[in-house]
Amino acid sequence: MAFAAFSTAEAQPQAQRKRSPIALLLLLPGIAYLVLFFLTPLVSLVLTSLQAPSEFGDIGVYDYAFNWQNYVDVVNQYWPHIVRSFGYALVATVAALVISYPLAYFIGVKARRWPLLQSLMLVLVIAPFFISFLLRTLAWKQILSDESFIITSLKALSLMAPDAHFTGTPFAVIFGLTYNFIPFMTLPLYTTLERLDLRYLEAGSDLYASPFQVFRKVTIPLSMPGIVAGTLLTFIPAAGDYVNASRDFLGGPDTQMMGNVIEANFLVLLNYPAAAALSIILMAAILVLVGIYVKRSGTEDLL
Amino acid sequence: MSGEVQAAAVLGGLGENEQLDANKPAGGRVRPRRLGLGDWLLPVYTVLAFIFLLIPIAYTFVFSFNDSIKSNISWRGFTLDKWLNVCNVEGGAVCEAFANSIIIGIVATVVATVLGTMIAIAIVRYRFRARSAISLLLFLPMATPEVVLGAGLAAQFLAAGVAKDMTTIILAHTMFCISFVVVTVKARVASLDPALEEAGRDLYGSPAQVFWRVTFPLLMPGIAAAALLSFALSFDDFIITNFNSGSTSTFPKYIYISAARGIPAEANVIASAVFIVALVLVVGAQVSRAARQKRLAKLG
Amino acid sequence: MAIREFAERGADLELVGIQKRFPGFTAIEDLDLKIPAGSFFALLGPSGCGKTTTLRLVAGLEEPTKGRILIGGSDVTSTRAHERPVNTVFQSYALFPHMTIIENVAFGLKRRKIGDAMVKAHEALKLVELDHVAQRKPQQLSGGQQQRVALARAIVNRPALLLLDEPLGALDLKLRRQMQLELKTIQEEVGLTFLHVTHDQEEAMTMADTVAVMNKGAIEQMGAPEELYELPRTAFVANFLGQSNLFTGNVVSTTADAITVEAAGARIIVPTARAQRHQGEVTVGVRPEKVSLHTEAPIADANRNVLGAGRVVDVSFSGVSTQYLIELPGQGIVTVFAQNIGFGPVAGLGSEVWVSWAVEHGFGLEDTPDETRFQDDASTTSLAALHREALVSELEEH
Repeated sequence: MAFAAFSTAEAQPQAQRKRSPIALLLLLPGIAYLVLFFLTPLVSLVLTSLQAPSEFGDIGVYDYAFNWQNYVDVVNQYWPHIVRSFGYALVATVAALVISYPLAYFIGVKARRWPLLQSLMLVLVIAPFFISFLLRTLAWKQILSDESFIITSLKALSLMAPDAHFTGTPFAVIFGLTYNFIPFMTLPLYTTLERLDLRYLEAGSDLYASPFQVFRKVTIPLSMPGIVAGTLLTFIPAAGDYVNASRDFLGGPDTQMMGNVIEANFLVLLNYPAAAALSIILMAAILVLVGIYVKRSGTEDLL
Repeated sequence: MSGEVQAAAVLGGLGENEQLDANKPAGGRVRPRRLGLGDWLLPVYTVLAFIFLLIPIAYTFVFSFNDSIKSNISWRGFTLDKWLNVCNVEGGAVCEAFANSIIIGIVATVVATVLGTMIAIAIVRYRFRARSAISLLLFLPMATPEVVLGAGLAAQFLAAGVAKDMTTIILAHTMFCISFVVVTVKARVASLDPALEEAGRDLYGSPAQVFWRVTFPLLMPGIAAAALLSFALSFDDFIITNFNSGSTSTFPKYIYISAARGIPAEANVIASAVFIVALVLVVGAQVSRAARQKRLAKLG
Repeated sequence: MAIREFAERGADLELVGIQKRFPGFTAIEDLDLKIPAGSFFALLGPSGCGKTTTLRLVAGLEEPTKGRILIGGSDVTSTRAHERPVNTVFQSYALFPHMTIIENVAFGLKRRKIGDAMVKAHEALKLVELDHVAQRKPQQLSGGQQQRVALARAIVNRPALLLLDEPLGALDLKLRRQMQLELKTIQEEVGLTFLHVTHDQEEAMTMADTVAVMNKGAIEQMGAPEELYELPRTAFVANFLGQSNLFTGNVVSTTADAITVEAAGARIIVPTARAQRHQGEVTVGVRPEKVSLHTEAPIADANRNVLGAGRVVDVSFSGVSTQYLIELPGQGIVTVFAQNIGFGPVAGLGSEVWVSWAVEHGFGLEDTPDETRFQDDASTTSLAALHREALVSELEEH
């Protein structure tokens, strides 16, 4: 699937799987850990989203209830943020795809003759990960702030209006999201393209397809697993991101995403039910996407 | 965050597989022919793309030499001070945050790698019920947005009345690292030739001996890649940490909090140092492997 | 038998009533086999016939669903692979890539805590003339070298029984021939019992003292190579081991010495001693190299079967011999191998010929070939010849 799509080691035909009590021993600790620290929190989140403010407590104290009203309130209040989150994520994903595909193509297809160069280029692609993504985003904020060299130059050249900003606009947030997720998109694309059998492309040319047609009808469909993996790996975290949109980074008052309001509600306003309800909504949307994917490829493929 | 799994999987898989001929290209070589104008387009684009990717890194690195006071926004002058006295600023807060991140990273990595490796072996080698459910359970943490993971865990700690500190951070990090370890190691387990372990049994190795002398050494590259990945994920994690750390400081959290009032150049110093170390390690590994393969090929 | 000591000599192997079921299919239904100590035994069959499964059962890598396995008289059915005095040379060699050659070879000795493991390992490498690469890694060796290391790694343990799983498949022809000789020499020198699994009939016949032909999970026939070749008992063996000309018909008369079968108008005599069945519908046959080609009708001879006249539909030159395909009305295609004693073919394409063979060379099978099975086993050359025939006649009509 998505995640296996970027392993380059060839799987060997395995012997028949054995039935053994050892399997239980191996699985139990890890699965138990996940049940305790992943599933239970999710359940916790659902329960929290249904809580109602306690009559006798202060801010931050709630009772268990079935307060479905929370969801309605949250959607009413934050629907712009919800729409914005998915919108920004979608644009960023498409942008990342457009930017990453040629890059992945060059490394995975054109550079096959030089394996060492391929490895080094891949290192460059993931190099941004070695620097905290907060610092990366901040760097952009400063490079593109109103007082920076680039912006002042653009204004001097009349390419930008004198009172325009870059930072604080949706464009900046999307720019930041795209930048931060380019490696996420490039790597699965790379792994799929690296395994692309070029003889298919030759066959296409042999059968009278122009280079563009070969690209559209042969290369793109064959690299679909990578495209799907990259898209999922970009869209999902992007939708929930809040660093890029944060006011301290590339965002402004009008660019707040779901992540920002969840954080705000949880850590500042102590409105746990609202934060939880928003999280569940975000999670549900993601699950729908994953569900569509699983329906098409089956759960065995997930990992 | 989750893109780093690809990093480890790809780098771990890239030629670490001693059983296969890593130099064999996948289906079809790019035939050399005279280069035309159109051939320069893609390489030029690639170079530009790399420059684009690396601009923030260069910026961060350059500004680690800035003779700044408090906020590191405008360039005031070159100095090596920050590099030499990195822990002086703010009563050592930067170094403390950094140290915390390292400790958390190591503990979370060890636990996640052990648990994840066991799961990976079980998934590839054994038959068991509820396989689909378990696959889903392993997949979801990778697909869940960090805000949801963070908020969920925080809600649970809250409900359980557990105070948020370093321990809760470690618990949280371990949780989301396990899935990535499973994916990385699983790929490696699947690429092991079963005949090797059968040979081990055939040659009088007890099950334990076969595991430790044949299986485990062959899995090591995958496990190492998974551990590195896990550490990288934990070290760089901000969102989940933010929800679950209480007053404990980690390096990314420190940066976020300082972003409002001005990040000291010392943070740039540490980040640049980490970057250089990581880069040297990874590039060094790739280069030494390529050299080793060249040597092996010659001898044969 | 204690694993700690080396076996003094090879042990015999006995499989009793073995059945092996996998989820979804049965690999072996009911297998009985006895291999005497010190012999070189080949298990021959097409892919999927169960021979590799049998090997794995003997090695202890699989457990039989039913039945018993005895090595040197002791029942080892419930012992696990690492407790059996058996070693395997794997098809893919399975040399440990993370260990040096010498560590690979010494692996079994060390697990058994045999003293002087490294010394013995070096000796084994010297036996296969690879001591000079002891410090290298498997990836640095060629296929042939790896194969010899795999052999050394198994032999150094002096197992009671050595199993070879198509170990020569990946080698080119010359190397394969060389290794076949080496294996045979080593087996005779050291006196081990070898069980060699292969689909290459030439290999089986050259190397083995005894060959068992396996098909669909059961042994069809077992015996010395010459015996199997000259007197096949079933249609499968007749067609798998070399080629055969088969004729199906009813027995019309029997005497003490011979039976006569009438197949599509021709009368074929087969010695009673060489016929498995003496009445009803039987299939008889003869090997192509035993058949002579005549350009004129041969004189009748009580000791020879004659068929004809037919027409030559294909002539294939293959260096040492020429293969002729002759179409006999009513019989179908008969194959003749003739040694190229002189230059040029004995009969050209389309010429009218007769075939004959000595009665004593014929054999009678215990079953008849299925139509479909026969189609599968038909050599591609004869099918191509038939096709060409059909095309030529079609074109001639226009």
